[in-house]
Amino acid sequence: MKKVYGSASEALDGLLFDGMFIAAGGFGLCGIPELLIDAIKDAGTKDITIASNNCGVDDFGLGVLLQTKQIKKMLSSYVGENAEFMRQYLSGELELEFNPQGTLAERMRAGGCGIPGFYTKTGVGTVIAEGKESKMFNGEEFILEEGIFADLSIVKAWKADDTGNLIFRKTARNFNPPAAMCGKVCVAEVEEIVPRGSLDPDCIHLPGIYVHRLVQGAHEKRIEQRTVRTREEA
Amino acid sequence: MPWDRNQMAERAAQELEDGMYVNLGIGIPTLVANYVGDKDITLQSENGMLGMGPFPYEGEEDPDLINAGKQTITELARTSYFDSAQSFGMIRGGKIAAAILGAMEVAENGDLANWMIPGKLVKGMGGAMDLVAGVGRVIVVMDHTNKKGESKILKSCTLPLTGKGVVDRIITNLGVLDVAHKGLHVVELAPGVTRADLEAATEATLV
Repeated sequence: MKKVYGSASEALDGLLFDGMFIAAGGFGLCGIPELLIDAIKDAGTKDITIASNNCGVDDFGLGVLLQTKQIKKMLSSYVGENAEFMRQYLSGELELEFNPQGTLAERMRAGGCGIPGFYTKTGVGTVIAEGKESKMFNGEEFILEEGIFADLSIVKAWKADDTGNLIFRKTARNFNPPAAMCGKVCVAEVEEIVPRGSLDPDCIHLPGIYVHRLVQGAHEKRIEQRTVRTREEA
Repeated sequence: MPWDRNQMAERAAQELEDGMYVNLGIGIPTLVANYVGDKDITLQSENGMLGMGPFPYEGEEDPDLINAGKQTITELARTSYFDSAQSFGMIRGGKIAAAILGAMEVAENGDLANWMIPGKLVKGMGGAMDLVAGVGRVIVVMDHTNKKGESKILKSCTLPLTGKGVVDRIITNLGVLDVAHKGLHVVELAPGVTRADLEAATEATLV
């Protein structure tokens, strides 16, 4: 089966529909599927629910889908970098479900592993626990969180082979593997696609079984907070 | 003289023992890394990294290498990378020995509030709730009072909680307090600070 597509739009062909649920990889602007996000913008898909740790910035990452008002609801842990997000949220145009970061990651991983729910102590005694079932294990309270089952996963990796085996680079791995796992279909964008046999099988981060479509392209990879140290005089 | 930011960070660094895996929050906790000395400490960045190094030299920034505060950083010889589910697995699973983080309020029963002020802009809790629920030891480093001079160490928190009964130790500009049975135990006073000074600045019960 051919997994490699010529462009992000082609890779998403037939997968997008209004009201759909998308899981997206990335942390801040690091390791985000920027080409696929642009292609969703061009497709004009509406009322999307997106599970993603953050929502980009105003003019980059998932923020571009806020500008075009294509997002109905976000499941995120931190959205502080985005003025348009706050405007839409405070005016009631955008729904927001805060998830603790580790709970969000585990909800994606669990969904991808066929686990509809799991108990965690994260958020016990806080607003996050409100309305959730709780249970005692060994004298300690845990709350029930549900696995995420998305219609589509969009992720960014460093390298892929043509069978969809993925390798990520440094902290750009972040939410990409769990996000990739929890969708019915996963589309991955990468910086380079190499022939099968070129990647060391012992060094694959995410096996191709999770990846249905691939697209290669140039990435802007914008830095959100450039911090440096000065070189000390020798 | 009460401790300044750097002295608070230096005092907090004394909490760390050789061989520990530690998560440092944003603000004063970040400064703790400057005072670990010869101790073999591995810093975790919860987006998916163990062995966090210092900021890069100018021109060597890598967009694929950032910390949980989204700042560019570097790797070390010991560094490993993993995904966010595994990262929070090691946090939730109690593998991280300690987290040092800031706070808006701490209560005498160990309740912690550091993620939202109702009516103000809500940015989200990020990984704070997972960290305080999961790590071995939670150490709060913060000013003892807020900008209005009101105690941040209370009988009970007024702000929405990040975690319930999660704080072990509080290090402030005035001293060091431990969450104990029925109140806070005074472990140490900053140089020149008296017990009376500490009591005057603390709403919580001191035992």
